[in-house]
Amino acid sequence: MAAKNVLSRREFVKDTGGLLIGFSLADSAVLPQVLAAAAEVTPTPSPNRLDAWLRIDRDGTVHVFTGKAEIGMGVETGFAQIVAEELDVPLARVVFVMGDTSSTADQGGVGGSTSIALGSKPLRNVSATARALLLRLAAKNLGASPGELQVREGVVSVKADPARKVSYAELAASGDLDDALKVSGEGFALNVEGLGKPKDPSTYTVVGQPVPRVDLAPKILGKWPYVTDVRVPGMLHGRVVRPAGVGAKLMGVDDSAAKKIPGYLQTVTKGNFLGVVAENEWAAIRAAKALRVSWSAPERAFPEQKDLYQHMRSVAPKATKETLKKGDAAGVLASTTKKVQASYEVPFQSHATMGPGCAVADIHTDGLSTIWSGGQKPHALQKGFAELLRVPLDKVRVIWVEDAGSYGRPGFEDTAADAVLLSQAVGKPVRVQWSRADMTAWGTKGPAVVCDLAAAIDERGEIGAVDFTSRAFSGGEIMFVPATADNYLGAQLTGIPNTSGVDEFAQWGVQAPAYVFPNVHAVSHVLSGFYSGASPLRSTHLRDPEGPQTSFAVESFMDELAAATGADPIEFRLRHLDNARAKAVLTAAAEKAGWERRPSPKSNQGSGDIVTGRGVGLSTRGGTYVGTIAEVEVNRRTGAARVTRFVCAHDCGLIINPEALRGTIAANLIQSMSRGMKEEVTFDRSNVTSVDWTTYPIARARDIPAQVDIVLIDHPELPPSGAGEPSSRATAAAIANAIFDATGARVRQTPLTPARVKAALSGSHSA
Amino acid sequence: MSRTLLKVNGQSRTVDVEPDCPLLYVLRDHLALNNPRFGCGLGQCGACTVLIDNRAVRSCTLPVSAAAGKEIVTLEGLATDGNPHPVQKAFIQEQAFQCGYCLNGWVLTAKALLDKNPHPSDEEMRTAFENLICRCGSHVRIFAAVRQAADETKRSA
Repeated sequence: MAAKNVLSRREFVKDTGGLLIGFSLADSAVLPQVLAAAAEVTPTPSPNRLDAWLRIDRDGTVHVFTGKAEIGMGVETGFAQIVAEELDVPLARVVFVMGDTSSTADQGGVGGSTSIALGSKPLRNVSATARALLLRLAAKNLGASPGELQVREGVVSVKADPARKVSYAELAASGDLDDALKVSGEGFALNVEGLGKPKDPSTYTVVGQPVPRVDLAPKILGKWPYVTDVRVPGMLHGRVVRPAGVGAKLMGVDDSAAKKIPGYLQTVTKGNFLGVVAENEWAAIRAAKALRVSWSAPERAFPEQKDLYQHMRSVAPKATKETLKKGDAAGVLASTTKKVQASYEVPFQSHATMGPGCAVADIHTDGLSTIWSGGQKPHALQKGFAELLRVPLDKVRVIWVEDAGSYGRPGFEDTAADAVLLSQAVGKPVRVQWSRADMTAWGTKGPAVVCDLAAAIDERGEIGAVDFTSRAFSGGEIMFVPATADNYLGAQLTGIPNTSGVDEFAQWGVQAPAYVFPNVHAVSHVLSGFYSGASPLRSTHLRDPEGPQTSFAVESFMDELAAATGADPIEFRLRHLDNARAKAVLTAAAEKAGWERRPSPKSNQGSGDIVTGRGVGLSTRGGTYVGTIAEVEVNRRTGAARVTRFVCAHDCGLIINPEALRGTIAANLIQSMSRGMKEEVTFDRSNVTSVDWTTYPIARARDIPAQVDIVLIDHPELPPSGAGEPSSRATAAAIANAIFDATGARVRQTPLTPARVKAALSGSHSA
Repeated sequence: MSRTLLKVNGQSRTVDVEPDCPLLYVLRDHLALNNPRFGCGLGQCGACTVLIDNRAVRSCTLPVSAAAGKEIVTLEGLATDGNPHPVQKAFIQEQAFQCGYCLNGWVLTAKALLDKNPHPSDEEMRTAFENLICRCGSHVRIFAAVRQAADETKRSA
């Protein structure tokens, strides 16, 4: 196989021998080659060196090295705009190496919608510093002071006499441009500062422009490699076979039928971990099916699915946290004459990534190991795999290569660990491709969350107090930073207990907007997972951890309070907000939608089957504000609801690329609509029974609204905040609120299926 | 193992594979054609789509023997003389995807649809796409791209 096939634009980094900024000869071999053999493991570069971040090649190419990764939202393009802006080079000249532990600094990988907000800071600063250093050199070269110089497209010239000029490429080849950078923070917050001062945002000409994403044209033209396309010399193909149910122990394997399959090589077992390795992929698939495996009877670790929420309300919490306390909510609630109470329930959901997970590992425990993975935190994986292999960190190199969109910690990490275990066992590079069921059933899950809210309404119709209680499986039962061996499903199956998990709560005020009321009390509980070993219902980060769940409750409840007090749902929210930007997105969305000011539900709906309505939801997350309005059509006979239009007003501070941002918001709205209306992981007492796209349905072409209107509110005077998650937060609530507006029926449990809507319509308990 | 003659992207290729091996793995592992992608192996999502005699077909469930001798086109073969197909141009223009892992299915299904029905109604388009999955939720822009490609065809007709 032609090795070049897997080189992406990102790896067009050629070892041209060109002099690079601050680039010492000793480093000349480290330019990343995706297919480099394990022998090329080098320590993660120290972030205090300019050349750890940025180098200029002899042909003027600007190589940028970042520990961030592209997970499908266009962050590479945003980074390129930021670098091109600060350096004054054409955008096309900026190329990236992302997420390679041997050549990029540890920026914590991707997470929390922080890549632009935090991850771009060091890139901006090193670009500004490189520009300042180049200007110094140019001043010497051209016999002028830096103040007399200008830069256009990577060429420095004398303002008064532009014929006197020198290019960055020539300058970089002529001198040492290293600068010691001041390092602060770590992980997501890692920053460096040098002598260059970034530009004033009011002067930006590249940042803020709607340039096409650098990856999309090559992807659409079929020229973009994903991790599934990595092939290394001598590579074998592996498949894993998961237990017959949670807690089932591997009693024996008969591989006599597998042995008859041409290309079959080996069955690998370690504790309850089971996999096969073959010469080609089809042989691996067939061999995995041909194994006759005896498993012990699985544990009945899960409740009946219908009892899930009852279970969540009845078990003693593992951990409890009081997150908001103002005044005496309990006292006011106890003495009120008018009280509104409601409970909301959101099920486990699957990342169900488009590609089910794929990785290649070339493991040498007595030497150097390389793992190619699309997991969004490559430096954490390096630590975890070093621990799993019991080798020093500098013996392991993780090379991130783009996989399908990951939306958190989906299991790509577990796929890579499977590849590590299989390669270690057979002593050859192994590519593991997960099956659909490996991902949908055995991948990690977003946690189920129940929230109970109560409010007191005083005689003037004002809200006197609000009480909030959540009960959730932890968003960190599987630690979302996969930096320890116990993190991985395969490792857990070998017998390593999961001890690195953390309690992550569903908190009002964090995962849902902090509205202002005179008396407030909020408590969050985390519940123990069902099974402490390898479980298909283990929970971790799924896009906007606990955000959609908590916001479904709070944003629905705000709607119920508005209805109870006869208020318009937007006006009611505005009255209980003290944040101008939160208010502004609601107002902007209302204006764009042509929102009719009135309480819900809508009156005079007639007697036909089809009724329409509109609902709103607010999301506030890490400095980003999103107001979402859903317009729906509901069939009162069948309960089927359909979103006909979304309007979304979005404020994430300074906008780097409005077109890429619109694309991400539009997709976020559809994905979160899918989660709110379709998605629920099903399970029996021992197994997850959502195994494919039939048993885990998501939104399809017919479900897509005809119209999506996005209003971007730009704040060039503010730093950029995140956009990867905030617009997925309030969608389900906006839809449920719209269904209420259309029908007067309140659905308090997602997904908002026809059966649930119908049940709510018929007045039975919606749960 | 048996020798099978495939016509892929205008070229004749001989592969030595199990006759029941799905076309997907032959294209990827033997011919290094990576754009037909593994999504489910069940024919449910469309990531593995190829055109066979200009019909969009799921290569993950089609035995290679059933594709022998037929005209197979993958995303790699959609451009002519280095010029992107108008459908590809429209998808690029609309910046229609997020991660793009599924795009192979959408682009090829759109191509097959527009060849058969150059001006599909909204309903016809949704019907043609009902069995494709896009997990990121890029549908709004995908539909816009297909409408644009259809308009393009109308203009040039």
